[in-house]
Parts: sequence; C-alpha cells; structure tokens
Amino acid sequence: MDLNMHLNAPHSMGTTIIGVTYNGGVVLGADSRTSTGMYVANRASDKITQLTDNVYVCRSGSAADSQVVSDYVRYFLHQHTIQLGQPATVKVAAYLVRLLSYNNKNILETGLIVGGWDKYEGGKIYGIPLGGTLIEQPFAIGGSGSSYLYGFFDQAWKEGMTKDEAEQLVVKAVSLAIARDGASGGVVCTVVINLEGVTRNFYPGDKLQLWHEELEPQNSLLDILNSPSPEPMNI
Amino acid sequence: MSSIGTGYDLSVTTFSPDGRVFQIEYAAKAVDNSGTVIGIKCKDGIVMGVEKLIASKMMLPGSNRRIHSVHRHSGMAVAGLAADGRQIVARAKSEATNYQSVYGEPIPVKELAERVASYVHLCTLYWWLRPFGCGIILGGYDRDGPQLYMVEPSGISNRYFGAAIGKGKQAAKTEIEKLKLSEMTCREGVIAVAKIIYKVHDEAKDKAFELEMSWVCDESKQQHQKVPDDLFEEAKAAARTALEEMDAD
Repeated sequence: MDLNMHLNAPHSMGTTIIGVTYNGGVVLGADSRTSTGMYVANRASDKITQLTDNVYVCRSGSAADSQVVSDYVRYFLHQHTIQLGQPATVKVAAYLVRLLSYNNKNILETGLIVGGWDKYEGGKIYGIPLGGTLIEQPFAIGGSGSSYLYGFFDQAWKEGMTKDEAEQLVVKAVSLAIARDGASGGVVCTVVINLEGVTRNFYPGDKLQLWHEELEPQNSLLDILNSPSPEPMNI
Repeated sequence: MSSIGTGYDLSVTTFSPDGRVFQIEYAAKAVDNSGTVIGIKCKDGIVMGVEKLIASKMMLPGSNRRIHSVHRHSGMAVAGLAADGRQIVARAKSEATNYQSVYGEPIPVKELAERVASYVHLCTLYWWLRPFGCGIILGGYDRDGPQLYMVEPSGISNRYFGAAIGKGKQAAKTEIEKLKLSEMTCREGVIAVAKIIYKVHDEAKDKAFELEMSWVCDESKQQHQKVPDDLFEEAKAAARTALEEMDAD
C-alpha cells in the first residue's frame, strides 16, 4: 500500500452521525474525526452545520462534497426565506438537499441527516443517504460508525423521550460507535433544536464512558501537556 | 380619471409628462369592458364567481371556462381578454408545479400571487410586448389559511377580503361591502356571490349571461373545485328569487 496515499487521499469523514426526534424538538449528534486514509486530518471537526436558524445538517462521507452541498442549500434556503417572509420549514431544507444529492448522484459521495424545528410540524429528522433518497424518520443514523448502532437503536430508542433522555441517548450511541469504528473518534458534539432555539453541547473524548475492553489512557501525551517540563519519552 | 394621452400613449415604454404609462391604463380598460368577476374570503375559504356574457346562443353551456385551477389548492378567475388570460393561467400552473418539485410542498398562495404579478409586470417593461389585457382574481387555501389576491394589468397585486373586476365592479364592490364576511361560511358565500352577480348584471346592455362559480374551503377539503351542482342550483334559484323580489318592489 502506497504510503503517499494516506497523505493525498481525499478527506473523508468516516464518521458517526445521528439525528433523533424527541417530545418538542430534535437532537443531532456527531463525532469529530476527519481522515485521509489512515491519517486523522482533523481530530476536532464540526460535522453539524447550520443551514438556517432552525435547521441543521449532519455531514458524512466526502468532506468536500458534503460542505459544498451544505453551502448551496444554505444559499437557496436564504433566498427562499426572504421570498416566503418567514423561516423555512425542515421539509423544504431536506427537499433541497435531496434535489442536489439526487441530481448529482454520479459525482457526489455524501450521506446527510437534516434535522430541525419549525412551527408547523415541530421537530423533524430527514435522512438523505447516498444516491439521494429522502426519508423522514423518528431517528436516523449515518456514517461508517452507524453500522454498529442499528441493534442499539432498535432496543434503546422510544417515542416521546424528554430532551435530556434524547441527548444522553445520542451521546451514548456516538461513544459506542467511536469505540468500535476506527474511522470515528475525537469528541462528541450535539445540537439541540426546539421552539426555544438552538443549543450546542460538547463532550470531550476523555470524559466519555469506557466500553467493554476499552482501556484507560496510560502515559497519554495529553497528560504531559500541563506539566512544567514535559518529557514525552518517560515510560 | 380618463384623459387623452396624445403622443405619449403609443408605447408601453413611454411615460407621459405627468408620470403615467397610458398603455397600461388602456389595458385596464379592456378589463373594465368584460363581464364581472368577483371573489370573497369567507371564514373557512374562498368563493369566486364570474358573469360570463354569452356571445352567441349557439354556444354550449359550460364552455368557455373562465375559472381555472392552478394547483390543487388554488384557482384563478380571469376578466378581460380571454386569450391573454390563458397565457397567465398556463404560467401560473407552471410556477406552481415547478415550486412543488423543487421545494416539495404546494406553493404558498402569497408566493403564487407574487409570481403571477411579476409575470404580468414583466410584459409592461418591453416595447416589443404589449401588456396583458386581463385582471385576475386568485384564491387559494394553504398552511396560513384561505387567501384572496387580485392582480391588475399593471402587475400590482394586493390581498383582499373581497374583490371585483369587470363591468359591474363598482356595484359589486358596494354589495360585497355589505356582507359580513368574517362570519360567513363558504356555503352561505356561494349564495351571496350568485345573488351579487345576478344583481349587477345589466339586462339592458347585455343579453344573456351564464354564471360560473368555484370555491376552495374546508368543505371541499381545501381543494379548488367547481361549486357542487346541487349547491350551484340552489344559489342560482336564490339569486333569481332575490332579483324578482327586487323588481317587484
């Protein structure tokens, strides 16, 4: 395997992304790892991007493709909001994302989860996987790490959760995926969207619960950062 | 307010010294010469009615439709040059379908009215086009409830509780103002519209006419459709009776 490939490969977000509806809004969650091959290009990326005041999107797959699609949709939604004279609905945002994904399916490689709150339908999650299917779901998972979460959600998700239950569910799920998926890692970011507005939350990687067979960090380089004279090779 | 705009009225791209575009005003006259078209907003929907002046006794009743559905939830009634009206309706239908396929939801009535008005206005900006000789009453029912708009040949569009265009518009407006629209259901509105059209029809100047009515309301499940036959007959009968009572006085 060509070593250079790891440095020159297109940035992809292996990723775990999740969107969950609860009684009153939605919670979006994601990990923070962007990789080029096996090299972690960015260990603190923000994969939850704003489209409008009340609609956000979780991005997975090709970093470039998902950024460009988000940028276009943000631009179209901005114009739409001005014409409409009121905030765009989550459905319209999802439809625009789908339109771009479907019409450019030969070129793009990005899976997206659109989530938000509007006054007509409340909290809604729309999954738009590769190819440009649009599917409205009570919860959606995406990215390489999501493979490990299907069974978990089948058992753990229920209707009518509270905001805190939903957020804890999302954090737990991303952390489980990070434990098993090499292409997901770093920190967990969540975004809660409801009638009152938008709240971003941050869960550092070392504060997450350790799962089966995961080890505590030993002689981690992060521990030496705060000491007066850091000696990295002191094992 | 009519005046002769000699010299300044030959092109739609010419202003008169007092700031008027006469061609647009002449287009409005074409609307004023056509049969009356009215629309009212009741508490649960919109009712529109047209006084179709019959040119020939040999015409099939029900032909020459003046009210068209633009989308499932909206319709427009056209006064003035019928052929011009066809163009505008076609454009409105196209805008509505296009909006639905891009945004995934039915076009809001406000947006539709703006697009129609924009299109009508477009044709007042170029010397190689003439303005549309049509007035349009647009009624629809979307997420924000029933709405009624009127678009004039100049491209102005406004939202109304009650609107009237055509020959009998002054008389019709007076009648509409008498109605308590916020308390009326569409069922009652249909009868009221029929009565008004019959009343403003000028028996002396115009011979026969045919009434055409449509509604979009809760009872029609927010779909724009012709008023159901039984209600339509009931409305016509009530209108004729009201007219006879008036004549009897």
